[in-house]
Amino acid sequence: MDFVLETKNINKYFDQPVKFHVLKDISLGIRKGEFASIMGKSGSGKSTLLYILSTMDTDYTGELFLNNELITGQKHGKLSQIRNKNIGFVFQFHYLLSEFSVLENVMLPAKKLGEKSLAEIEHDAMEKLRMLDILKLAHQRASRISGGEKQRVAIARALINNPAILMGDEPTGNLDSHNSENVFSIFKRLKEEEDLSLLIVTHDEDFAKRTDRIIQMEDGRILD
Amino acid sequence: MINWKVILNIAKTHLLTKMKSTVTASLGVTFGIGAYITLVSFMTGLNEMLDSLILNQTPHIHIYNEIEPSDEQPIALYQEFEDAFNVVNSVKPKQSQKKIHNGLPILNYLKKDEKVYGATPQLRAQIFYLSGSIELGGNLVGVDIMEEARLSNIGDYIVEGTAQDLKNSDNGILLGDGLAQKMSLKKGDRVQISTIKGDVFPLKIVGIYQSGIAEIDNIQSYANLKTVQRILGEAQNYITDINVKLYDINEATTMAKSLGKQFQVKATSINEANAQFETGSNIRNLITYAVSITLLIVAGFGIYNILNMLIYEKMKDIAILKAIGFSGNDVQLIFMCQAMIIGVLGGILGLIVGFVLSKLIDNVAFETEALPTITTYPIDYDIWYYVIGISFALISTFVAGWLPSNKAKHIDPVRIIRGT
Repeated sequence: MDFVLETKNINKYFDQPVKFHVLKDISLGIRKGEFASIMGKSGSGKSTLLYILSTMDTDYTGELFLNNELITGQKHGKLSQIRNKNIGFVFQFHYLLSEFSVLENVMLPAKKLGEKSLAEIEHDAMEKLRMLDILKLAHQRASRISGGEKQRVAIARALINNPAILMGDEPTGNLDSHNSENVFSIFKRLKEEEDLSLLIVTHDEDFAKRTDRIIQMEDGRILD
Repeated sequence: MINWKVILNIAKTHLLTKMKSTVTASLGVTFGIGAYITLVSFMTGLNEMLDSLILNQTPHIHIYNEIEPSDEQPIALYQEFEDAFNVVNSVKPKQSQKKIHNGLPILNYLKKDEKVYGATPQLRAQIFYLSGSIELGGNLVGVDIMEEARLSNIGDYIVEGTAQDLKNSDNGILLGDGLAQKMSLKKGDRVQISTIKGDVFPLKIVGIYQSGIAEIDNIQSYANLKTVQRILGEAQNYITDINVKLYDINEATTMAKSLGKQFQVKATSINEANAQFETGSNIRNLITYAVSITLLIVAGFGIYNILNMLIYEKMKDIAILKAIGFSGNDVQLIFMCQAMIIGVLGGILGLIVGFVLSKLIDNVAFETEALPTITTYPIDYDIWYYVIGISFALISTFVAGWLPSNKAKHIDPVRIIRGT
């Protein structure tokens, strides 16, 4: 089977304030070009799972594969590289670097990757901004644009290195319905036009229903 | 793989958007380094001036014939009392001359030695200065004045007339400043001197000599070696002291020892003669460094504080950078770059401030009776102080930046992003 992202028996405990079993034997796989959403109540462990999948959280047992390659146990430096190249991430609160311009924010991950020349990176970034219909904002300071615009910039930044998978932690959670709709249609378009895999944690049932697959979580388990 | 361009760009943006903190932190370093440069230049300048006041009048090696009792009294040679406990009362100094035995051959030997920069003969005579019926006790030193001027800074202390004037005059005298005032004499006057034996000689005052040390200026005068030999009625090989100046002052002690043994004379090195003086300047240096290092450490804490605050403010940025693929090391480098930029800017500015302040002090008038050659405060412009200053700026900013940036390196992005 051709999974972009796959987990085998992932378990995680929180030590504080008391020992708590957050994730219980999570095994799942995301196919290439699949638009999946994770739903569940607060405390069901869906965000915790997402951060493990994003390689930022390394404190777990079990195995994580990205493009059929074992990620678990890699060094932090290596994980940063993997994250940089293969994973795009969109947060609930847009999280742009407020002192930089929109264009610089989008270019930053590509500059870090350093595979292309500056001119190519700038061209790519402009392309992404055009695709998301925010080209006119390119030279604005990131702190000067609206919430919906910020989220689109964050998506552009997540896409700049053409990642294998785009992850979102309630990317529409902080947006009004118009902007939510906008973000959803962007995701949909990315899946259809670019064959991108997406994994989105959300509270929004309408949003989840329109995705290819809903992964329901409860008390640290995946419900089938 | 480290992408310096990206890291420097982020560091630069952080610094520019936090201009106030950047300027404050840089000024902290500037103040520390500037104060260090000023202080150390001024203090060592003063130290050197005080040292040279004494040291330039002290030869590296002073050779003379000490009047002292024999180590072995004659009775020790008498075999019959070999095993006895001998008590000798009223021991007298050994009968000998004040002059250095074989003085001129020793002088020639020294002048040929390649370690020796120069050696000059002196003849010290006890005399009386006569002023009417008043007799003032004092010394007359017979010197080879041109050689003396080359080896020591006696030329600086001749406040009226020149060394050449003395050389050209067969019966000239360089009168001590204190003596000239006591006897109301000035350049061009005549002064009568009398030897211990009672012979009176008139000498012409060709110059006034002021060393800055009253005890010397009140009793001592200089004349040509030949003049003094003639006054005393001694031959041309009669010299009582030889002053030696070496190329390397550190060899003075060992060389003094070997000369003393070789020629059966007393030879003291500058270190022996000025041991207490050395201690004084060492302690002054110690104080200078203690104060400077304190200043630099205070500046270091300033940087630490500001970087710490900056990192606290940038917590979210750090989390984002890590989320989009910057490693802990990259993040640490970003903040280290900021610390080092602050250090370099502040340090260089500090060197400039220090130099300007030193220059200012250097131009402040400072005139004192004791130091005829000094007109402004002394400053030592040693390039090494500047090297030490900038090195310390870099080291202290490095350490001050290391601790907070190391914290940034280990920040867990998940905790920041999830807000726990």
